[in-house]
Amino acid sequence: MNIIKNRYVYFLISLLVIIPGIIFMGLNWQQTKTGPLKLGIDFRGGSLLEVQFEGTRPSVEEIAALYKEFSTAEQPLADPIIQSLDTNAVSIRSKTMTDETKGLIVAEMESRFGSKVTVENFTSVSASVGGEVTRAAAWAIVFAALAILVYIWWAFRSVEHAYRYGTAAIIAMLHDVLVVLGTEAILGYYLGWEADALFLTALLTVIGFSVHDTIVVFDRVRENSNILRRIEYEKMVNHSIVQTLDRSITTQLTVMFTLLALVLFGGESIRHFVVILLVGIFSGTYSSIFNAAPILVVWENREWTTWFKRKEEAAAI
Amino acid sequence: MRNRNGWLIGIVLLIAFSLWVDLSKNIVIYNPFSDTPLVERDVNIKLGLDLRGGLQALLEADVPADTVVSVEELTNAKNILQNRANALGVSEIVMQTAGDRRIVAEFPGVTNPEEVVATLKQTALLEFVDMGSTPVAAGTAINTDFGITAPAATTDTGETIYHTVMTGAGLQTASVSRSSSGEYQIAFSLKGDATDLFGEYTTTHTNQYLAIVLDKQVISAPVIQSPITSGEGVITGNFTPEEAQTLAVQLRSGALPIPIKVVQSRTVGATLGEESIRKSTQAGIIGMVVVILFMAFNYRMPGIIADLALVCYAIFTLMLFKLIPVTLTLPGIAGFILSVGMAVDANVLIFERLKEELRAGRNLRQAIDLAWSRAWSSIRDSNTSTLITCAILFIFGNTFGASMVKGFSVTLALGVVVSLFTAIIVTRTFLHTVLDRIKFTEHPSWFGL
Repeated sequence: MNIIKNRYVYFLISLLVIIPGIIFMGLNWQQTKTGPLKLGIDFRGGSLLEVQFEGTRPSVEEIAALYKEFSTAEQPLADPIIQSLDTNAVSIRSKTMTDETKGLIVAEMESRFGSKVTVENFTSVSASVGGEVTRAAAWAIVFAALAILVYIWWAFRSVEHAYRYGTAAIIAMLHDVLVVLGTEAILGYYLGWEADALFLTALLTVIGFSVHDTIVVFDRVRENSNILRRIEYEKMVNHSIVQTLDRSITTQLTVMFTLLALVLFGGESIRHFVVILLVGIFSGTYSSIFNAAPILVVWENREWTTWFKRKEEAAAI
Repeated sequence: MRNRNGWLIGIVLLIAFSLWVDLSKNIVIYNPFSDTPLVERDVNIKLGLDLRGGLQALLEADVPADTVVSVEELTNAKNILQNRANALGVSEIVMQTAGDRRIVAEFPGVTNPEEVVATLKQTALLEFVDMGSTPVAAGTAINTDFGITAPAATTDTGETIYHTVMTGAGLQTASVSRSSSGEYQIAFSLKGDATDLFGEYTTTHTNQYLAIVLDKQVISAPVIQSPITSGEGVITGNFTPEEAQTLAVQLRSGALPIPIKVVQSRTVGATLGEESIRKSTQAGIIGMVVVILFMAFNYRMPGIIADLALVCYAIFTLMLFKLIPVTLTLPGIAGFILSVGMAVDANVLIFERLKEELRAGRNLRQAIDLAWSRAWSSIRDSNTSTLITCAILFIFGNTFGASMVKGFSVTLALGVVVSLFTAIIVTRTFLHTVLDRIKFTEHPSWFGL
């Protein structure tokens, strides 16, 4: 099996997956004017109220009208986003409101719609905290990447060009981050999925897993580079990938099994989170085999010097 | 692995201990000599608010962003809030400082967040309480009739309700002073009408105890030695200069050392949580069964041993969750289930290596030794990177009171550490135990060869 030989095909496949994601990030940005993803209230600030009506649920218009009555200059609540959930529940997203206001609104719902109202979920995040969380989330990703880069550099210090391994792992990791962000952007665009704190958790887990997988492949390159000194670098890397392929696939499958069980039986509240994990972990395995190790070869051969003259050379030969 | 039987005995004992913890609601170890409990521990699984329902509020110092809030101020504010919250009668309230200007407050089972938040935001309540002839220790929480419309002698639970003579509203000033013996005390003076009330009360109740109570907690309970009719008095207690200062400030302003505001509030109903627990447990069991079948099918005999190690993994992890204790959240459970998939990774690495070494013609003992030693570097490095990510998630979750993120990172990290132990030591011990009893050359197919 020669994976290294077709490395540019695999790079192309990665691009074909990433580019649509980037396009949808752009579309989201155009739509929301705030960023490439639809952000949940954890990051953007705002309130989410999920209530269950004992009797029939009131119409969307009735709820919107009720919210409008409680809207003030300091606490603008007009134009909430109202979604009907299963049976008689609704979720209502609005600008940030206090617990006091929420209490008043629920009491008003009970008296006006003549039905007992159970609050299943109420989350309220002030806009300033939301902004801070977003910045901290970005830093968390950057710190994770840097810490891992430094660790790999250190762990591979015995090998020639140790920094290449760290950098290649980070590039593969960025690949997975882009795949995950792209998936979220597409799902956000079509299904209205919002990125929340759990999405960030999934993203960071994918980062950890991606590097975890890459290191396993690199570890074999590290080992082989000491034993198989006579063999060409390209062949040695390919040999390492093939040697670890069984393991990569097996681990991928076991993780997929557990995640699939969660998607199918784990309930609605974490489905979003698990789907993102599933996509990211698949991407993590792909990138460690088809991106990270081939990048080492591209670097070793300094192939970028010939990227744009390939045709001329071919003609010359 | 020379002392193989030693390891085996150790592992069996650990399994027995873990099963005992896993299956108990609380554990007691008796002192064999005196029959008194030596260690007593409640080992019920702690469920996060998203699973059991309740309110989580993130409180922030309401001061300009460039104002530094000292650790002491924040801790004091937290302690005062804790006292106020305790007066609500909700059990297992958790209050923690988060970062350098925030406090996370969790109220399990609470469904009326507006009342809780109102209680937290109220100013400190100072009361002078008639204790009759009962002495009371500082720090005791008591019930008073202030704010209750129909006075009763006891609460529903049978605790005495004491009479509030006067509240802090009657205070004119409060400041720190030193007694003649050099102890720190708080000198106060009363407003006009309070002076009369207080004078009258202290005249008729001389030699009885008068408790000074802040947020329903006794600060000190001196004996009224003589009637105080001048409207001037002192509160003595074993105060440090800082405590005296804090108390004086609280009495004057009736407020927290720093103003606070609610910046985030989450309420989850209990029914949602129950359903989540049921579904994720089901998903976990199904996922684990599939992984077990897959490993057995794929690696044959070593796979079955890895499955035993995986079951040990689940037993040990649950034991740690209960002992530490780790508060389980929904993402935490997901992290645990995910770690089941990742737990076998170390075994997969080792077994793939084992197959390679066997194919290379080594005998089984050599192959096992080589597989373990050569797989170790990749197991070590790859798991370290996962632990780095967990650490960063933990710090992030801690700063923003995002207990779901924190819960996930803790369970995943624990899973990684425990899986290293089970995949490396437990699997190897079991494998050697089996190999002592069979001949590999007679059963190569048991190893998938």
